[in-house]
Amino acid sequence: MRKDDIRVITFAAIVCVICSLLLSVTAQSLKDKQDEQVELDRKMNVLKAFGVTLVDESGARISRETVERYFTDHISEIFIAKETGDVVENPDPVVLKKEAKARTHEGRSLLPLYVWKDDGVATKYAFPTSGMGLWSIVHGYLALDRDLATVIGVTFYKHGETPGLGGEVSTEWFQNQFADKKIYENGSLIRLEVVKGGAPEGSNHQVDGISGATMTGNGLNTFINRDISYYNKYFSRIRGT
Amino acid sequence: MAKNKDILLDPLSDNNPITIQILGICSALAVTVKMETSAVMCIALTVVLVLSNVAISLIRNITPGRIRMIVEMAVVATLVIVTDQFLRAYMFDVSRQLSVFVGLIITNCIVMGRMEAFGMQNPPGLAFLDGLGNGLGYSAVLLTVASLREVLGSGTWFGYHVMPSGYQPNGLALLAPGAFIIIGLLIWAQRTIIKKFEAE
Repeated sequence: MRKDDIRVITFAAIVCVICSLLLSVTAQSLKDKQDEQVELDRKMNVLKAFGVTLVDESGARISRETVERYFTDHISEIFIAKETGDVVENPDPVVLKKEAKARTHEGRSLLPLYVWKDDGVATKYAFPTSGMGLWSIVHGYLALDRDLATVIGVTFYKHGETPGLGGEVSTEWFQNQFADKKIYENGSLIRLEVVKGGAPEGSNHQVDGISGATMTGNGLNTFINRDISYYNKYFSRIRGT
Repeated sequence: MAKNKDILLDPLSDNNPITIQILGICSALAVTVKMETSAVMCIALTVVLVLSNVAISLIRNITPGRIRMIVEMAVVATLVIVTDQFLRAYMFDVSRQLSVFVGLIITNCIVMGRMEAFGMQNPPGLAFLDGLGNGLGYSAVLLTVASLREVLGSGTWFGYHVMPSGYQPNGLALLAPGAFIIIGLLIWAQRTIIKKFEAE
């Protein structure tokens, strides 16, 4: 009996070692490729927020090269100091690397901002926005028109909300509602809001909530407006000129 | 040789895991909105099923009976995670659409069932055929359901328009009830056909 016990434990241990070896080798060897895909997806989402059509005439997705070309031709990334709203030239790479790991802007002192330029003139702005939904951190981008008052588009691309309920934040119908909404009117910020039960007809800053996902909606309301107020320190300067 | 053929072909109709044994219904309902996701899911499940069945068969004589189910789980879980990692690296979009369902292959009764019922008692060659047969049987049903749902619900097949331009898509086919109805009809149709064969 005792001898048998030892055999069972040895067998289990060997199986575990083989399985974990297989897993770590696979995970490690595919990591670069996976990171590449995540990065491409992130860039596609920046483009989507900017209102770029991500499919070509035949309905196929645009290629990686096209995505990169948009970034080199039109988009530049700058950093804004959260405290002051100043543009930070030559940001400290050590700080950037550290803050890239932060999951929301609360943990950052430098805020990334994507500026879309046509012939050297800034026409659109997009920034990452993220925060707690119900279960998870929801990550997205918000793009604004050159007036820094009108939303061009919103994307939520990474979250762990309940599929079918809070998970609907990543669907087209939900995100499309944000286009042309206002975040700034008559000289002051107005709250961009997801409204439970549906936005009032003709509202210029509210969108319909998702049935069964009120808490996720509340989360979005909190973090989107928080992030807008962070960036507004910089935006108010551009608007002023 | 006749036996080998039976092992491979039986699960395709007479002993189909979905329509006859009613296993793996969860994923059959969830991922069949589009052909693309269903096809990837079928490949993933077949690969996992074949490899795990063979792996379990290879170690069947040295596996202590008391922990065999835990060993089976460990093997399946490992293979599923490896498959999921590959999908994330090479088929990012599809992997995102399949979300949890690739991971849920671990709890798919077909995989566990085949290892318990077949892999544990048969040599690797036969286990390979059995895994392949059941994988194909699962795929046949999934792809049929997905074809019906995508064509009726979106008017497309693998993303290509197949219905005339005036076709009004039937949204019900895309929702869970549509899948239930289609699978129900398939089960009924197949059992009717098989019974007919048996009577002859």
